[in-house]
Order: sequence, then structure tokens, then C-alpha cells
Amino acid sequence: MAAKTRVCVKINGEQLEFLCEPRQSLLECLRDILGLTGSKEGCNDGNCGACSVLLNERVVNSCLVLGVEVDGQEVTTVEGLADWRGLHPLQQAFLDHAALQCGYCTPGILIASKALLDREPNPSEDRIRTWLAGNLCRCTGYDKIIRAVQDAVGRIAQPREEVKR
Amino acid sequence: MKAFDYLAPTTVEDVLAALVGKGDRVRPLAGGTDLIVQMRRGALEVDAVVDVKKIPELNGIAYRPGEGLTIGAAVPCHRIVEHPDIMKMYPGLVDAVALIGGTAIKGRATMGGNLCNAAPSADSIPAMIVLGGTCHIAGPAGMRTMPAELFCKGPGETVLGREELLVSVHFPPPKSRFGACYLRFIPRHEMDIAVVGVGASVALDPDWARITMARVALGAVGPTPILAETVGTSLKGKEPSEASFAEAARLAQEAARPITDMRGTEAQRRHLVGVLTRRALRGALERAKGGRSGGR
Amino acid sequence: MSKDKRSTPEVTDYEVVGTRPQRHDAPDKVTGRALFGADTNLTGMLCGKMVRSPHAHARIRSIHTARAASYPGVYAVVTAQDFWWAKDRGTNPDESGETIKYLHENMLAQEKVLYVGHPVAAVAANSPHIAEEAAKLIEVQYEVLPAVTDVREAMKPDAPLLHEHLVTQSLSKPVQKPSNIGSHFQNLKGNPTQSFSQADLVVEREFTTSTVHQGYIEPHACTVWWTVDGDLKVWTSTQGAFGMRDQLAKLLSLPMSNIHVIPLEVGGAFGGKLPIYIFLEAVAALLSRKASRPVKMTMTRAEVFLATNPTSGAYMKVKMGATREGRITAVQAELYFEAGAYPSADVIGYLGFATAYMFAPYEIPHGQIDAYDVVVNKPRTAAYRAPGVPQANFPVEQLIDEMAVRLAMDPIEFRLQNVVREGSELLNGTTHGNIGAEEVLRAAQSSNHYRTPLAGPNRGRGVAQGYWGNWGARSSCTISVNGDGTANLVTGSVDLSGTRTTIAMQAAEVLGISPDRIQSNVGDTDSIGYTEMSGGSRTTFATGIAAITAARDVIAQMRGRAALLWGVEVQDVTFERGIFVTRRSGEKQMFFAEVAGKIAETGGAVTGTGNVDPQGWGGAFGMHIVDVQVDPETGKVDILRYTAVQDVGKAIHPSFVEGQIQGGAVQGIGWGLYEGYQYDTRGDMLNPGFLDYKIPTATDVPMIETILVEVPGPNHPFGVRGVGEVPIIPPPAALANAIYRATGVRVADLPMTPVQVLEAMGVI
Repeated sequence: MAAKTRVCVKINGEQLEFLCEPRQSLLECLRDILGLTGSKEGCNDGNCGACSVLLNERVVNSCLVLGVEVDGQEVTTVEGLADWRGLHPLQQAFLDHAALQCGYCTPGILIASKALLDREPNPSEDRIRTWLAGNLCRCTGYDKIIRAVQDAVGRIAQPREEVKR
Repeated sequence: MKAFDYLAPTTVEDVLAALVGKGDRVRPLAGGTDLIVQMRRGALEVDAVVDVKKIPELNGIAYRPGEGLTIGAAVPCHRIVEHPDIMKMYPGLVDAVALIGGTAIKGRATMGGNLCNAAPSADSIPAMIVLGGTCHIAGPAGMRTMPAELFCKGPGETVLGREELLVSVHFPPPKSRFGACYLRFIPRHEMDIAVVGVGASVALDPDWARITMARVALGAVGPTPILAETVGTSLKGKEPSEASFAEAARLAQEAARPITDMRGTEAQRRHLVGVLTRRALRGALERAKGGRSGGR
Repeated sequence: MSKDKRSTPEVTDYEVVGTRPQRHDAPDKVTGRALFGADTNLTGMLCGKMVRSPHAHARIRSIHTARAASYPGVYAVVTAQDFWWAKDRGTNPDESGETIKYLHENMLAQEKVLYVGHPVAAVAANSPHIAEEAAKLIEVQYEVLPAVTDVREAMKPDAPLLHEHLVTQSLSKPVQKPSNIGSHFQNLKGNPTQSFSQADLVVEREFTTSTVHQGYIEPHACTVWWTVDGDLKVWTSTQGAFGMRDQLAKLLSLPMSNIHVIPLEVGGAFGGKLPIYIFLEAVAALLSRKASRPVKMTMTRAEVFLATNPTSGAYMKVKMGATREGRITAVQAELYFEAGAYPSADVIGYLGFATAYMFAPYEIPHGQIDAYDVVVNKPRTAAYRAPGVPQANFPVEQLIDEMAVRLAMDPIEFRLQNVVREGSELLNGTTHGNIGAEEVLRAAQSSNHYRTPLAGPNRGRGVAQGYWGNWGARSSCTISVNGDGTANLVTGSVDLSGTRTTIAMQAAEVLGISPDRIQSNVGDTDSIGYTEMSGGSRTTFATGIAAITAARDVIAQMRGRAALLWGVEVQDVTFERGIFVTRRSGEKQMFFAEVAGKIAETGGAVTGTGNVDPQGWGGAFGMHIVDVQVDPETGKVDILRYTAVQDVGKAIHPSFVEGQIQGGAVQGIGWGLYEGYQYDTRGDMLNPGFLDYKIPTATDVPMIETILVEVPGPNHPFGVRGVGEVPIIPPPAALANAIYRATGVRVADLPMTPVQVLEAMGVI
């Protein structure tokens, strides 16, 4: 059995520690070691975006990051988008616009969209589409996803209230 | 994947020490977007990866107006395309680097890695060539340099010895009345490997009337990216016009050595070399004249 | 928050149907909590990995597993020998029409491998990396044979045979000599030969389509575990838990009640996860039994492309004749569809759909269609949303367009000239029921898109229509009433895109309560009655009827409880818009929730059941309009605007219906412009990944406008028609017609790549 390395990393705001082999990707570590199964494997080679997470606030394909590479860094996964106030405005917008069907690509798309709106408060439709080009969706045809992201722009501008279900 | 060790040194010397005597069993790891894919596919087996992202010389961007631009080999693409000086002074480079993968890939992939991976279809390399990029390489014998157009020797092969490390790529300061542009053809609108890529740069005389320098580099139509020298020679001293660009395009087509593979046919590629050369030259010209858009 | 409705009786507007409530399972899906096939984690779980053939066609001489079995961390190895009971199975189809021996062979090859990726062995180890390393230690000796990957090559007299004893099943011509043609059937109406000779205009072309994959983002995944007393539990991503259970019972020779299939959330399927050919679960079960540990098996993306079940590529010859006034007089078609490695009832089914529906939008007095399924060295083919029809529709809608152009007629006008109505006869001898064909054409014609002129060079607008017959089939639903007036609904229908909500909405409409007062669950095979798999555009229709039936059962029982409480006869109690009413000696009313509060003391639990097999469902039409711009120097097609018009019967949840249409349209766009399996001369697939198998990205398509036409479908209380499959049919032909108008050339091969366009234009 190959030697394991200790990784200390902040995930969704919480300082965590785990042991992993260098050959285990960040995606594997999240899913198989930490039980954070929200990030998904779609292709394992950086072409579908289902594994997207934020690494130091940048969107990356967690399948192409080694677990050992994130020692001392910060990761945000889909599980970290909602907080004590409720769902993130993007998540709520996705619910309201029915911007998901099977829901498998949804975590990656939410992560990528959040990274965009954190940086560019009011992106054009073209900009959203180009930004999300690496997040494949097979169910929705992207229409309602784009509309949800556009709608989230306005919601993010508002102060966040407790979201009622 | 087969098991391997992970090292994360903080100096160039330590990286070089890790590479000594290991053949190709120890590899530098920057963005990982090519290396990890190849390892996972079984195309590559390593005993250890050496993470180079903690080494200052490989991770900086330095621009000074009189001196030019130096980009560390491990700088991820997203930093390059968002850097205000690079966006302003080297838009032709941004053209290319912005096309590498999608958002998440650019969050990790590096320009240096794109170069060292040496795919014939690499997007950054034709742009580096037409911008006069020089590669700075560290090795057991010290530092050496290599022009970007001579860095690749074949598909997946570079001039780097197994114990050498690409440290940075340097671009000279752009002269006035100079413009560069990179265009590629892909079947979708994002996320594809280039079927053909063309980088072009032109410089105009003080009267804005004639071309004093032109470089055209072709991607995905040969075993390496190709600096089409006959094109540059043909354009030198000429007025930029549809006629001179058409001749340039014809010469570029002659310089190309396309093949038929799953991404394109030989005939299509040769045809596209002509189309994209004309379009890239127009884009470079517009930038040389002071426009911003690059001929899209 | 309580929304129990008090309203006057005799109201005919819907309270719930047609609204857009939040999906029951969506919060879990946007927070990453929903459990998909690979998200299980059982103590001691091992990882299973298949060993697969690198050859497209070969005989297996030997398999040696000892080195793999003794590798540290490996707990079990299996080959086809472990299915020792399969050897006795013959090659005759069983009652399902499938040949069990082929199912076994496809799972783990015994004698021959028939495609690259064909499984030959499997290992279970305590990590995916160990399993991968151990898999490399399995030694297989192959005798490589020549391969065929094209139907035309496979039909040549000297083609290598995949199955030495396969003879063509044909009603008209009994065949003795083995070949790669599984079956041939024919539809014949009238006298087409004579009618062609009298037509004013005849158009005829050959067409090809590539093998395409459903492209779901979630690879196949399952976890299996044996209980102490010999039962098998299966957690899996599947379109049908019961179908999977029954197939596993056959494959493992176990009683059905010993197998428990728990369907997890499915990350896309579109016909690729039908429980007919089982890829992983039975092999995982054997590994698990040998290892005495739970086993999780997932597929890599490459394995999904190589070794699951894409849909048929096709070679087709189609001919159509018309009068100069634009009335179609005769049609003729030869369809050659890939069956992949094994002939199957499935593929014959798709040919049947193709044959029946390709001309279904048109009144046609004379026609002949000959259809063939041909085995080739590719993974066996399966359904991909409206199976068989996008392929066959591509030629028809182009030839229709060609005729319209030559007769200088508007393309929608031409179609209206030949429109079908209730009672129109299809070429397979059936007749159309209640349909909305004309309504869809007129809605397209009067749409803002169609009425907006398209200006500019290199631009063109194309239209195409399509028809899918939809489906019913067995569904089961139970509804239990809780003491606070909420209800728990369980259905057997796997939820692919929100049907647990549309089903609950239909129940809510009957019960007169708000859908968020119904907990809507997908049951496993222990907790609900047999339910057919989710597919065929059947769920909202058939399981909706099951839910309505269960809801009506609930109401009937609660009327009895109300009667008990009021001391009247049950006949004196009515239920109107959520309120129980009796008018016996003065009017008394009780809300649903009030009666619910008393069920404990009036006889115990109230559970309504709906076990149905509804008939007489309605088919549906769709027409798509697309504007394209083609770069004349590169052949690249950009979509400027896209509108999909469809008869949806009644949109229970309009957002979900729009989503189905948009998703299907974009899949059709991928099929039309970008997607296709590519092979080398050895039969090796060149592009088994999302980099080079190119499904549309967000940058490849515009917003997809949808126009919902509602011609109520027959035999459903709310008029539902299936919606999921129609929208994948028209896009390839609509795009081809638009490309024609932009460039003057027709492309007859899918995908219509830039190379194809440039070649058709004569540029290269």
C-alpha cells in the first residue's frame, strides 16, 4: 500500500484533516474520504465540469487536482453554498426556474455560476454561456440555467433574507 | 493510476535535484490538466511528481514597459487572461490563452504546461511564436534560452532534457504600430482542440503604410507548431491588402503539413490555414493600427 | 402555509394542474444531498472493475485470473464461468423477446468478444486504484478476427459473421444462409410502384446517420450486497427498478422476491439505462457473493461510450412522390439500422417505431418500407429518446422540404396540404387517434419566429416536424393519508426529471390539497406494485393515472369515514373541490384535513391504491423552426434562433414540459451537427470521451423558445400527452433544411459537420 500523506485543508469554512495517497484526486478525497458526495464524476478528464469546486475561490475540475495539492488551501463545494440564512440566491433561482432536471450537473454549474457572479455582478448572456461552456448539461438544453443565473444577479444584489420553503 | 510520490519543493535547485537520474519517471507538475489525464489514461507512468507551484520564479508575472513581459511557467491561464498589462499590451496572447479549455481548466492549466505538453494543436504556442517568445530553461548546466518556435520537436516532444525545467517565457516589449492576433477553428464554440490554429503579428512603418515585420505561426497542421517563415518574408515591405494577405495565405497553406485524423481532414485543414491566415492577419493589422478587437 | 382549498363546487378550472410548484426533490439536488448511483457508502465496501476486450472481434482462447486474484487488496475475480447456469441457455428469445444467452454474453463474454470494451472478467478490490491495477493482471488470450463497423460492409456477402448461426428472420423470404442481418420486415400499403410512375414530382436520396450516445452525464453505477439470508440488495442508477429486478432474477436464477432493487437518483438516462441488458449489477452480485462484502461498480466515461448501449446509426434510401399541387402520392424507404453486437427485440422495436412514425404526419395513399437490423462490431444499440425516429425522420423532412422548394410552396403550407387527422391511416395499418397535427402546424406558422423575416447573407431558416406515439404501460401508486391532512405518495416510477412532482400534482388536484402537502417518493421494489420503467414518454400519463386512481380510492374511503362521523350513508356524502359534503338533514361540510384528523378513530389507516395499465394514450406532434448562419469559408453552422412547437395535451407543470422540449431539442441539435462515434479500421472507437464526442455546450445553442399547444390527449382525466420524446425528432432535419436555405446545398449525412458542409458546397 502506497504511503499516505496528511492533508490539512479548509472545506466549506471548516478546517479538516485527512490522509490520502498522492494518486487520489481531490474529487476522490471529497467523495470517498470526506463523504462530500455532492461533487460528481462525469468524465474524470476535465471535459464535463460535474466535479467543479472552488479552490481558493477559483473554479477548478476537482478530478484534475490531487488531494495532496490542496494542503493549506481553501475549497468550497456545493455543500457549502447554503448557510444558516438558507439557500444561496443561485440555488433558489435554480429551484424557481426549474433549471435542473436530473440534477447531476447542477452542483458543478452552481459552483461555476457563483464564481462568475462573485466576480462580475451583471454578466451578459454570452458571457454566462462562455463561462459555463465547460459545464456540460444533457437534460435542460441550458435555457433555464442561463435564465436562473440571470435572475440570480438581481437576487444577489438584494440583502439576503431567511428563505422560506 | 499506479501509485507515485508527491514532492513540493520551493526552489528551482530542489526541483532539478529531484529530476536528476530519474529519466522520465519523475515529472514536474504544474496545472495537472494534461499530466494527470495522461497518467490516468495509462499513456504515462511516473514514480513521482514534483509540484512546481511553490517556486517563485515559476509563478510570477512581471511586466515592465522597456523590458517586456515574463510569465512563469506555472502561472495558471486565468491569471494571464485577467492581468491588466497583458490584456492591454499582449492581446494576441490573451486570444490564445483564453481558448485553453473552459473556465475550470483555465483555473489550473498553465501556459508553460501547454508549451511543455507540446501538442501540435496547442493554442498558446502559435501566439507565443508570433510575439517573439523566448523560453528560459534551468538545468544541471545552468540557465539557457530557446525561441518558442524551436521549443517543440515533435508531438509531445520538446528540447527539454529530462533533467531540465522550463522556468518562464519572456516576450519583448511590443513596439508601436505592432499588433498580434490568434484565431483557431473548432467544430463547437468552446472546449474543443483546435482543428487549425493560426497566430499572426505585423508591424507597420511610421507612415502606417507598409509592413516592416510579419510573423505567422500555424498550429495543428504539422508535428509541431510551424513558424511559416516564407509568409513573413513575403509580407515584409508590402502594403497590407487583400492581395498581399491572399498571397500570405497561399504561402501559409504551402508551409502547412496537415493530416487527416478524427478531428479534421487534410483538405479541410489546408483550406482553413488559408482562411485563418487571412483573418488573423486582418486582426493583427487592426491591432497594429490601434483597434482592440483583433479581427473577430 | 396550509393551502387546503375551500371553494364552490362545479368549478372547472384546475387548482394545481398547470401551475409551477417547486419540485419535491430539487432542494436536495441543489445542495448536493441527493444520492445518485455512486454516492453509496457501506462499511467494508469493495470496488469492482471490469476487464474489457481491446479487440472489436475475437475468439477468447483462455482467461487466466490467478495473478489478479492473488494481488494484495483483491477479494474476488469472476468470469463468465461463474455464470455456469448460463451455458444451458439456448439462443431463442424468451417471452420478453430478448435472448437470455445474449444478455449473459454481453455481461461477460464466454466464447467471443464482439466490440472493443466487451467485458471478459471482473475484479473486486478494496480501492478503485487497486482494482484497476489488478484488472491489468488478468491475462486473456484472443484470436483476433476481422471486424465490421458499418451496416453496408456488414451486409456484403464476404463480411465476417458475428454470430455463425444467425439467419435473417423475415416474414416474406425465409432465409437459410447465415448473415449479419437479424431481421427484415416490410410495411406495404396500396401500390407505390404504380403511384410513383404517375407522380408529377419524385425526389429520392440516400442518407446516413452516425452511431450516437445518449450522453447522460452520470456514468452507470451500482452497489450490491447480499443479506445474511441470501437476498440481494441493489442500489442503482436505472430507469426501471422492477425491470432490473426481473432481469436479475433471470440472470442470477433467483426468485424475484429475493431481489430488492432500490433506485437512486438518476443522472440522466434517455433510454440508455433501460433494465433490459444489465451491464454491472449481476457481475457485481457475483463479486459480492464471492467476497462476502458489498461491492460498488461504476463505469468510467470511456466505458460508458464503449460498452453501454448507444443508439443505431443508419443507412437509408428514401423516395417520395407528389402531385404538382403538392399532394404526396407515394413513398418508399429502405432502412438499415445498426443492432450493434447482438440482434434484439429492442432494435426491431425501434425499426418498428421508425417505420410507423417516419411518415406519420402525412396522408399517404401508397407506400412501402423495408426495414433491416444488422449486427456490427459495436456495443449493442438501445433507445435514445424516440428510438429509431430521429434517424428515419431526417430523410423524410428533407425530402418534404425539397418538394416544397421545387413546387415553390411554403414548407409549412406543403405540410398542411398533407396533414393527418383522427382516423388517418399510417403505413403500418394503424390509424391516428385524437391528435393535434394541424394545430401544431398552424401554431408554428403563426409564431413570432416564423413571421419574423430572416435577413442577411449566408442565413437560412428551416422547419421540420415529427411524431411520437407515446406509451402507457403498468404503473403503481399508493397514497396514505396522515392525521394532519398531509399525504404520503409512493410511486414505482423512477424520477428522471421531476415526475414525482407532476404525479403528486395530479393526486393533489383530485384530493383538493396543495402539492406541497404531499410527500412524493419513488419506492423500491419492496414497497410498491410493479411499475414499468420510466421512458417512452409514459410516466406523466400512466403513473399520473395511477396516482389519480389512488387519490380517488382515498376519497372513496374517506367519504366512508365522513359518513361514519355524520351517521349517514356513504352515498349521501360527496366530495367537491377538497370538501366532503352531506346534504342529508341540512348541509354539513368537512375539509379533507378534518376528516384526515379522524381516520384513526374511524377504522384506521386510509391508503389508496392505483394499479393501472392504461390504454388509448394519444400521440403527439412537434414542429421546430431554426435560423442558422453558415460561414461559407469554414462550413461552421451557428444557430441564431430556435423555436419548438409541440402538442403537449395538457401541461401539468409547464416549466417541466418546457424543459423536456428544450432538452430534447438540444440533444437533437447535437445529433444534427456535432455527435457521432468514429472508428478506425480495427474497429476501435476513436472518441470515447467528452472531448471528442461533442455534445452541445452552453455556447453552441441559443435560448430555445417553446410554444405549448394543448389539444387534450385521450383517455387521461386532464388530457395529458407524453412530451419527452417528440422534441429530439425534428432538429436534425430542421437544421439540414436551414443549411440548405443558407448555402444552397443539402447535407445527407449526420452529423452535419463543417467538413460535410464544405464538401457539399464544393469548397474542399
